This record gives sequence, structure tokens and C-alpha cells, in this order.
Amino acid sequence: MTAVFSVDRTSRKREGRGPGRFRGLWEASPLTYLTLVIALALSVFPIYWMVIVATRSNDVVSAVPPPMTPGGNLGDNVGRLFDNPDAYFAKGLLNSAIASVAVTVSTVFFATLAGFAFAKLRFRGKNALLLTIIATMMVPVQMGIIPLYMIMVRLHWQAEIQSVIVPFLVTGFGVFMMRQYTAQAVPDELIEAARVDGCSTFRIYWSVVLPALRPAAAVLGIFTFMQTWNEFMWPLAVLNPENPTVQLSINQLANAYFQDYTLMFAGTAVATVPLLVIFVLFGRQIIGGIMEGAIKA
Amino acid sequence: MSVDLRPAPAAGRRATGPAGDRRSPFRSRLSRLDVKFSPYLFISPFYVVFLVFGAFPLGYTVWVSLHDWELASGLRDFVGLQNYRELLVDADFWNSVVNTIGIFVISTVPQLLIALFVANLLNRRLRGSTLFRIGIILPLVTSTAAVAIVFTQLFAADYGMVNWLLGLVGIDDIAWQADRGWSWIAIASMVDWRWTGYNALIYLAAMQAIPKDLYEAAAIDGASRLRQFWSITIPMLRPTIIFTVIISTIGGLQLFTEPVLFGGGRMEGGPVHQYQTVSMYMFDNAFRNDDYGYGAAVAWMLFVLIIVFSLLNFLFIRRTGGTK
Repeated sequence: MTAVFSVDRTSRKREGRGPGRFRGLWEASPLTYLTLVIALALSVFPIYWMVIVATRSNDVVSAVPPPMTPGGNLGDNVGRLFDNPDAYFAKGLLNSAIASVAVTVSTVFFATLAGFAFAKLRFRGKNALLLTIIATMMVPVQMGIIPLYMIMVRLHWQAEIQSVIVPFLVTGFGVFMMRQYTAQAVPDELIEAARVDGCSTFRIYWSVVLPALRPAAAVLGIFTFMQTWNEFMWPLAVLNPENPTVQLSINQLANAYFQDYTLMFAGTAVATVPLLVIFVLFGRQIIGGIMEGAIKA
Repeated sequence: MSVDLRPAPAAGRRATGPAGDRRSPFRSRLSRLDVKFSPYLFISPFYVVFLVFGAFPLGYTVWVSLHDWELASGLRDFVGLQNYRELLVDADFWNSVVNTIGIFVISTVPQLLIALFVANLLNRRLRGSTLFRIGIILPLVTSTAAVAIVFTQLFAADYGMVNWLLGLVGIDDIAWQADRGWSWIAIASMVDWRWTGYNALIYLAAMQAIPKDLYEAAAIDGASRLRQFWSITIPMLRPTIIFTVIISTIGGLQLFTEPVLFGGGRMEGGPVHQYQTVSMYMFDNAFRNDDYGYGAAVAWMLFVLIIVFSLLNFLFIRRTGGTK
């Protein structure tokens, strides 16, 4: 069986070399490079264009040909962004930061805890319970959005920031991912040794299991953060424009200030900065997470 | 994100039972309780959150869909299957279904084909392979709403860059918003820009797991690189392709953020609903028109749609691959 995460990295290393006789088989041609450079340019360009518009003045959009370098108006545009009376941009940023950090920390904690229980502890009904978790992963969240909203109304949480946090404190995906990783990354002997030393189960989790799960927990955390930061439909349903997440702030700008491109683009750029910071810091883990998360043949 | 759908392996080796005979009776009883109940304590947060905010809303959607249900007025009349009867003859609903499927098809098919192609290029001996991988995955870490705004501007009819570029090669301005087909293509391009690199990396991972001797043997037999791709790579990748198709189906049929922002944050999806998706129609009915019963019925139809399409895709790919 293959787990979500593979500890074995040898196959990737081997791929680099290959038997000398067939070296030519895997050599990239200039055409390969050219195609990949084009793909790279297409990937980067919309983000670059976002920066160009965000740093210029509004005549940029009608300029022919379009300018290809950033201008000097970023400070001005960002200033107008935070002064804008309809976007509540600073509040949106703060709310998004609070929600994303809270959901990330909680998801990683509860998912590793439950994943450890499913992978290494013995209890009645374990397999059936694990199956229900797998089943929950197949259900799209949007399906239940209407009753979810009704619950929030009942709790008087609509328009409150906890409404975008509490329902997402832990996901089935996270639990399952951590279960798969724990099963192969933590040797049973380690847990038995800790048990003999008199550790409580939670102590075993905290001091033995959690440190061993750090790489996978980091990946789960990064993806959870990005997902929460990006969440759009549910905040749009439950929050209001005066207490938005940052995505709702830029939606508000797109709605009311669609002529003011530099303002709108300054908003999108600032809303993207935290994600880009994460990308710069953890790009390798993100790529590893995607590639190792795939089903392997 | 991706999911391993295979059955869980047999339970890991059991943790040891209560240990240490030399302990005091109290401590050993405590330790027995710990071993017995800790697992349930550890998994309970998930089940609490899921039951309250996941399972209950899902089931309750059925109940709501059997009512005329308004939150503002407090109206709550049981109407049986009336909402579903209306839905079946609701032209706007079927329009949204057609839009959703249309955008889904014209985004997913090129997306997965290009991803396969790019993955195949990345699976060569390559200078700067990390740079290319980072580059193609960059779109995934941008905010969906932000990207939708940028693309909407690029596709603007008057001063949009896309029309300007088309003008350079002598093509007249395209009405990306007003025309139904072109609006689908504009929205599909946002989806593809974001997800192609992600799928390419998944394919790349699977390609790297294919034994190299297969290719070497084929090369000795004189198979061209293209032939090797079709006869070795594609068949070996079939489970991965099924996986990406199903993930794309689940995501694609729920499409919401891109078309909403493309319409300037409104739910109508253009003046004649030319790009209103099922999710938007659900949202519009429930949260904009205070018709939660009808919205819930739409939500269930969406669920059915997703299941039907996942099965169809699965069968289709199995069938085409089955002939070897």
C-alpha cells in the first residue's frame, strides 16, 4: 500500500541519473526549454500585471501599448485602499489573519491528535469510525451551507468572525492525511518504549509523535492556511460588508469601484502578499506536498 | 488538495496495554482509564465539529428543501416536493446547469491535457527543474478572488489586454462578457491558469514512479518518444488520471468565485444569466432572495449532479483504458 506521504525518496534521486547508455532518452531539447519558459511566463504574468496596475495611475488601463514595468504610485493606491469607506480593508485583513491562523493551528492540532489515535492506538469501532471520516471527505461543503447559515443565525454568530472559524476547526482530510503519515513515520517501538517509561497517552502524542510528524503537519498547515485565506462563498453568505474577510473586501471593491482599477488591483495585490510570503518561505514543502499527496500507481 | 482513496491498511500494531506492575493501584487504574478512553477523546473533536457543522447541515438541507422557508419573515410552510417540481421546469435552473457543465468541460479537458503535456516535459533531465516547478505552481497560491479580478480586467471588452493582443494579429474585439460562449472561455481560463500546474505536478509524481526499464526496452524495440508516451506513460498513469478527473469534477461543478467576480460580485452571472453557475443560482435564491427552501433544493440537485458526473467520468475512463 502507499500512504499519503512517502518517506522513501530514493526513487526520485535515481531518476536523475539513469543508465549511461540511454542518457539521450531523457535529455531535454531546446524546444522543451522554450515551451517550459512560455508556461512559466504565462504562470507569472497575471501576478506581474497585478503589480503593474497596482503601482500606476488609472490611465494605465487605456494605455496602448500597455506598460510592462511597475510605476511609482503604489503608496498612493494602497493609501486610498485603506482609506476607502466601503471596503473595510484593514478590518478584512485582520479578520482573515485571525481566521486563517486559528483554523490552521486548530486543524493541525486536532488532525495530528486524531491521526495518531487512528494509526497507533487500539479502540473499539476504529475501522468503522475511520471509514466515516473517509466518507466525509467526499461530501462538498457547499452542500450544507444553508442549514449552516441557519445554525449561525440561531447562535447569533452571523456577521461574527467565529462563524468562519468554528465550523472548520478540523477536517476529515486532515485527520486522514495525518493517520496515513503517522502509520509509517512513527515506529511502534517508540510508542511502546514511552508507554513503559510511564508516559500518558497525551504525553506520548506531545513528546514522541508530534515531533515526528512535523514535516507532514507543516504541509497540512500551509494548505489549511491558504484555503482559509481564500475562502469566499461561506464568508460571503455569513459575514457582512462592515465585518468582512479580505476576499470580501476586494469583492466589495470589484462591485462598487470597478472603474477604479488601480484601487481594485492594489486590494488584490495586498490580499495576495501573505500567500506569496508563504510561497517564498515554504515553496519546497508545497511542491513536495502536492507530489507526495498524489495517488501513486 | 489530494486524497488517497484506497482502503486503509490493517490497524497498526497495537499499543501496549497498561504497563508497570510496580505502580500504585491508583496510578495503574488511571493508566488503564487513559489507555481505554484517550483514543476516543483524541478523535472526538473531529466528530463533534463534523456532526454539528457537517452532517447535520447536510441532512437538514433535505428538510429545508421541503419547505417554503424565509428567514426574514419567519415563513416556514411545509410544501412537500413542490420546490423540486418547480425546479424541474425552471428555465433559469437548467440554464445554470448548462453553464456549469459547459464551463466545466471547456476548462477541464484542456487543463488536464496541458498538464499531461507539461508534466511530460518536466519529466526530462532538466536544468533548473525546481525553478520550473515553482513557476507553474505559483498560480495555486494566489487568492482566487484576486485572480478573478485581474483576469476580468485582462478580458475587458474595450481596453483589455487580451483584445489588444488579438487586435495585433488582426482579430476584432471580442465581447467577453456579453457573449455566452466567450464568457465561458474567459472563466475557464481563470480556472485553468490556477489548476494546470497543480495537476501537472501530480502527473509528474506519477510519471517518476514508472520504472525506467519500460522506456529503455521500448526504445530498444524502436518505439518513438510519442509512441512511448501513448503506450507506456498514459496507461501507467490511468489511476492518477482518474483521480484528477474526479477531483476536477467535484471542484468544477461547484464553480462559484470566478464567475461571481467576473460579474463584478453579482450573482446573476450577466444580464441574461449567460455565465450563472448552479452554485450561484443556489446562493442567489437562498441568500439574496430569502428563498432558502428553493435554494436547498438547488443544493441537492448540485450534489446529484456531482455524483452523476463523477460516476460517468469514472466509467468513461475505465472503458477507454480497458481496451489497453
